Amino acid sequence: MSLPLSEVMRIAALARIAVSEAEAEAVRGQLNGIFAMIARMNAVDTTGVEPMAHVRDVTLRLREDIVTEADRHAAFQAIAPQVEDGLYLVPKVIE
Amino acid sequence: MFDASLTELAAALAAKRISSVELTRLFLDRIARLDGSLNAFITVDPERSLAQARAADRRLGAGEGGPLTGIPVAHKDLFLTEGWPSTCGSRMLANFVAPYDAHVIERFNAAGAVILGKTNMDEFAMGSSNESSWFGAARNPWNPECVPGGSSGGSATAVAARMAPAATGTDTGGSIRQPAALTGICGLKPTYGVVSRHGMVAFASSLDQGGPLARSAEELAALMNVMAGFDARDSTSLERPAEDYARELARPVAGLRIGVPREYFAEGLAPEVAAAVQAAIDALQKLGATTSDVDLPNTGLSVPAYYVIAPAEASSNLSRYDGVRYGFRAPEYDDLMDMYCRSRAAGFGAEVKRRILVGTYVLSHGYYDAYYLKAQKIRRLIANDFAEAFKRCDVIVGPTTPGVAFRLGEKTADPVQMYLDDIYTVAVNLAGLPALSIPCGFGRGGDAGPASDLSRGGLLPIGLQLIGDYFAEARLLGVAHQYQRGTDWHRRAPPIGH
Repeated sequence: MSLPLSEVMRIAALARIAVSEAEAEAVRGQLNGIFAMIARMNAVDTTGVEPMAHVRDVTLRLREDIVTEADRHAAFQAIAPQVEDGLYLVPKVIE
Repeated sequence: MFDASLTELAAALAAKRISSVELTRLFLDRIARLDGSLNAFITVDPERSLAQARAADRRLGAGEGGPLTGIPVAHKDLFLTEGWPSTCGSRMLANFVAPYDAHVIERFNAAGAVILGKTNMDEFAMGSSNESSWFGAARNPWNPECVPGGSSGGSATAVAARMAPAATGTDTGGSIRQPAALTGICGLKPTYGVVSRHGMVAFASSLDQGGPLARSAEELAALMNVMAGFDARDSTSLERPAEDYARELARPVAGLRIGVPREYFAEGLAPEVAAAVQAAIDALQKLGATTSDVDLPNTGLSVPAYYVIAPAEASSNLSRYDGVRYGFRAPEYDDLMDMYCRSRAAGFGAEVKRRILVGTYVLSHGYYDAYYLKAQKIRRLIANDFAEAFKRCDVIVGPTTPGVAFRLGEKTADPVQMYLDDIYTVAVNLAGLPALSIPCGFGRGGDAGPASDLSRGGLLPIGLQLIGDYFAEARLLGVAHQYQRGTDWHRRAPPIGH
């Protein structure tokens, strides 16, 4: 398998990472090397093997749907890039 | 004092031979003296550390101290530490001051330990050399031209160079054991779920596990007694009764069944590492252990499967860095989408971006079954291999790494080369098993090195890996402790700062 440049650009867009064509071309060779290594997985037949999503197949614990945390929005918003009146500021998304 | 064990330090503090403030100052002074060249710490904040030390002294004065009260401990910079920068080695979080403590930090604070500083690491814990840190690579104290390993490279360097008595780390694919091996110290990766991930910045959530780094197995046990424990805020934290990780330290090795996986001694292992590991196995046999060959036939598939699963989980976890709620935001952008893309392009380094791209691809439409599902099936086969092996042995013993520490820049050009070096560590994470690395000898690496190395002896540490069945941490620590009673590899200090 060899990823074409367009595919690298597409993945980068999906991953929300800005790349120039030159950067995508530079990383393309490395990605192809990584996928060539990953392709070794195909050497083993895994028909009928149950996928293992988690160690010892633990099920995630659920908790009661009740408030357990104090309101600390001032502390959490103090580290935000841009805040106004308790709201996170982002570029306008609705005209 | 820099070579004293945690037990010795606790005794000195209890007997008032030294105060926590004095002890903390000693280590802060040593960091100031040595870290300019070793770069093990991202943040040191003497005022904060000394305030904690003063509180510890009051507690000790009131006779309320525990085994770690007043002892400085360094923390990997992905454990959120309230009021401290917690950067994860990334530009993305370079200005991030944590608004709360990780569970691990809460536990150390409750024990009265002093936060000595935040240690350097590969960016978002992705790397095996520390070279992906936004803050520059930490250096190996045995030879500053060489890497300390990663991703917990700063923690390993700090402990090896006697800049910290102990440190915390995290191990997603070997990130505690590999740097411990390359710097000649000890590191334990616990069973998945034993140490809470709350406040530990996520890399690959089904694999990430925190653990301790120190100079002896006995000290790892003392640190585990503080770090481990149930935490409702981590949905994968295991609800188990508290255990004493030191309870098997005195247990004799006689009767121990050691499994030696042939696959761990195959092509690619440096002869000097093979010899040192074999010598350690011989030493354990002299103590009464028996050995037998075990098969881990899917070992060769562990690296490919790991480099699907870990990047897949990383691409999902790191989607939270959007430049909105915290972290880096690009200074200029056109619209919201452009802000995301530019912030992430500039905030993440090359290795993190590569892994996000790999992860995004393997999870994308049409490729999920061929990559992610396939890797999860192989993960099952790998876990099954270990389960089979542990029917016939108590502990699996082998090398931690294929070779000794390599030179900075030696493996950065080809990521795959670096990934393949994780061959002996990643399978343990995929299965979720506990494993530790302890020093077992020295080697010279691929070549004898230039003259400047020879003046330092040119020697680099070799790590021995002990892998146990689920929840066998105490047994692993006991075997390691018994080995360390009869050997002195773990007492060797690098030739600096004396």
